[in-house]
Amino acid sequence: MTPDYDLAVIGGGPAGVAGALTAALAGLGVVLIDAAPRLGGQYFRRPAPGFRAGRPGALHHGLDRFTRQCEDLAGRADVLTGHRVWTVERDGGAVTVRCLAGDREERPRTVTARRLLIAAGAHDRPLPFPGWDLPGVLTPGAAQALLKGDLVVAGRRVVVAGTGPFLLPVAAGLAAAGAHVLGVHEAGGRTGLARHPFLAAGKLAEAFGYGARLARHRVPYRGRQAVVEAHGDGALTHVTIADLDRDWNPVATRTVACDTLACGYGFVAQLDLPVQLGCALRADPYGDLAVTVDAGMRTSVPGVYAAGETTGVGGAVLAEAEGRLAGRAVAADLGRRVPPDPVLSRRRDRLAAFARALGEAYPVRPGWRGWLRDDTPVCRCEEVPLAAVREALELGATDARSVKLLSRAGMGWCQGRMCGYAVSCLAGGSPAGDARAGAGGQGGGEARPGAGPAAFHRPIAQPVRLGDLAGTAAEPPRPGPPGTPAEVSHPPTEG
Amino acid sequence: MPDIVVVGAGIIGAACAHYAARAGLDVAVVDRGPVAGGTTGAGEGNVLVSDKEPGPELDLALLSNRLWRELAASPDGDGGRDGTGAAGGSGGGTGPEGGGGFEFEEKGGLVVAENARVLRELTAFADLAGKHGVEHVAVTADGLRDYEPHLAADLAGGVFYPQDAQVQPMLAAARLLRRGAERFGGGAPALRTGVTVTGFLRDGDRVTGVRTDRGDILAGAVVNAAGTWGGELAALAGARVPILPRRGFVLVTEPLDRPLVRHKVYTAAYVTAVASDSAGLETSAVVEGTPAGTVLIGASRERTGFDRTLSVPVLGRLAAQAVALFPALAERRAIRAYCGFRPYCPDHLPVIGEDPRAPGLYHACGHEGAGIGLAPATGHLIAQLLTGHRPDLDLTPFRPDRFEEGLP
Repeated sequence: MTPDYDLAVIGGGPAGVAGALTAALAGLGVVLIDAAPRLGGQYFRRPAPGFRAGRPGALHHGLDRFTRQCEDLAGRADVLTGHRVWTVERDGGAVTVRCLAGDREERPRTVTARRLLIAAGAHDRPLPFPGWDLPGVLTPGAAQALLKGDLVVAGRRVVVAGTGPFLLPVAAGLAAAGAHVLGVHEAGGRTGLARHPFLAAGKLAEAFGYGARLARHRVPYRGRQAVVEAHGDGALTHVTIADLDRDWNPVATRTVACDTLACGYGFVAQLDLPVQLGCALRADPYGDLAVTVDAGMRTSVPGVYAAGETTGVGGAVLAEAEGRLAGRAVAADLGRRVPPDPVLSRRRDRLAAFARALGEAYPVRPGWRGWLRDDTPVCRCEEVPLAAVREALELGATDARSVKLLSRAGMGWCQGRMCGYAVSCLAGGSPAGDARAGAGGQGGGEARPGAGPAAFHRPIAQPVRLGDLAGTAAEPPRPGPPGTPAEVSHPPTEG
Repeated sequence: MPDIVVVGAGIIGAACAHYAARAGLDVAVVDRGPVAGGTTGAGEGNVLVSDKEPGPELDLALLSNRLWRELAASPDGDGGRDGTGAAGGSGGGTGPEGGGGFEFEEKGGLVVAENARVLRELTAFADLAGKHGVEHVAVTADGLRDYEPHLAADLAGGVFYPQDAQVQPMLAAARLLRRGAERFGGGAPALRTGVTVTGFLRDGDRVTGVRTDRGDILAGAVVNAAGTWGGELAALAGARVPILPRRGFVLVTEPLDRPLVRHKVYTAAYVTAVASDSAGLETSAVVEGTPAGTVLIGASRERTGFDRTLSVPVLGRLAAQAVALFPALAERRAIRAYCGFRPYCPDHLPVIGEDPRAPGLYHACGHEGAGIGLAPATGHLIAQLLTGHRPDLDLTPFRPDRFEEGLP
């Protein structure tokens, strides 16, 4: 069977669009798939055309550039917006991408391609604290989506908290849109980055630019502070803000009245699809995971490429560079003539190094665990409190997966995307520790190195109706791997 | 120095440890992973008597069914101790107190027949099993809806098995390990996770403990409860126990607002699939609700080694079969899927007993897809052997060296 396309790109943010466009310009048949109704990803999420957003460009750096790429792409490739990918499979020389199109009237759609580029982006990483499940408590990404998507924030009293440089554009954007931003509370040191040798890389100026914009709106930016509790009866009314010591243990607290809290502690790359395919992962010193790629953005799985946050959280500019590199590599690997572009490669290396420095400048410190009480929900979907996680650990759970099996933390709708990091930490490890424990889930049977951590093992990446799933039954089942070699050599003590 | 080292903290190891501790032995349990990290953590928690034809496995299942009820009703179960049921999550059901702390549900099993011919076979099968103590009730086509209002309309009839039950297998393993601990204070099972057995300590032929990556553990006897990996553990003692993985997938739906499936419901074809020797893919519909509101959908059987790759066609077949039984499921969403590896022996019987080739090594593994259901009886019988009692059942069909006979 001939695949439908030369290249399927999953993700319509800066990396995916740049990769798709580059490959299309090199003459490949390309399809780009994205879950959102419009291209843009998290970073370039744009108001729908009906909204009268005075100057959406004012909210973004580089939006014009991205819009040009989208327009160019539209004439050269098939763009499937509103398509949620629930699984990917690789079979010999082709990749099968299974999606669900539409919201209410879901339709299954299957796309096959010779190559796959995964640019699925990242999502916020929340940490639990008492009251974090109250209406009015959002992640910064959700707050920005609110801002960019439908622009109804004027008049709100907003507290921004968490860690990482992303808090600054969120706060600045909210303030510019008319929200009353009461403060930005950075749990890490406010000057963490300024001491870093990569200060000169140009990006800090952006941060300082935000600083100036925050000053214009009289938004205070505080270091070593965090929201350790949210209060309200049915909806957020105020928050407790704590001064933190070096390890994020609270040393003094006060309360602030507000109706919106945007709170997040960095980002987690969406690794479900690479893990399904068995792509090798790496962990950074703080335990965050990303797909390992070579200079051409090739993953360890033949025919599969990754770009953008999938290879490590690094922002839109790095994502675009990686997307272009991936598109060039795909074209070259499929026999197109692609001259080398050393400038692009060097830009990518430089930006990636800066992204690593950022990650190291804003680590999550262990003191947050002390913000929790016994009844604080750790997993919101299944309403699992800290006490139940502790009980699972006492019963013999040693990692996020076994905590899940014994307490249901991470078994609900979001499948651990929100609570997975916290549960891994509470289980005494890091997400990377789980990765080394060898996962794909169930320790004992795992054979392929790099099959990915339990935390990301989601064979069904999006909920799919059983009726649609039943529709795939008509296909003949693929035979198992021939001879099922060598995969039986395991240490023999698993129960 | 413990009397017994149990290798494997799955449901079988937990049951062996529990009954050995109840018999007064000092028990240590080691596992290279966490509690219930292997096949136990990938199961549905079946406690079935309905799918077994008369023979040694049915005898084991009937004994085990009785023991599960005892464990669930046991007043000293620690599920009632804390009373919060916190580790049981938000699930309701019979609750941790009534369910032994592991969501034991006497829900009963409903086996349905697609047509008149299958119904005749199913009824004959049930009548035969009935002579051996399996309670059952014939259900007419019209009567099926009294048991399951959402069942498809085109079925020929079925048989209801009131003894079939369900547990939450991970909690069951964890609770059994703890329960022994609380009853026997100082002589409790000591659970050590993250400990990998690398070999056996021997005194002549006799097994006198295990070597691990965290040091040697001397013991009076060793129990191999390593499940699908039990054959490899036996090989470290130089004993051949042919246990191979038989892969199965389970689909899990979103939590439903009201129960759609009341009992464990499966098609009569499941019984033949369980007993099949085919290496290829076999699927048969097994559908049941859980106290958490989700619906579990099985069961597939394939011999593909330890390959964990998701198979969309297998999930598709499971979904199609479930929807054929319960048409309303078509609009419900699957939110996750998992797979596990049933430990199976060529004759589909478990291995239970002391290994004459390595005295002091007791096997308790190879229960294929029935390990949750058969665990208490297995643990009880192993404890009887360890303490020198005559076991309640004849263990000859399960003996570890039975596979040597066919060898040249």
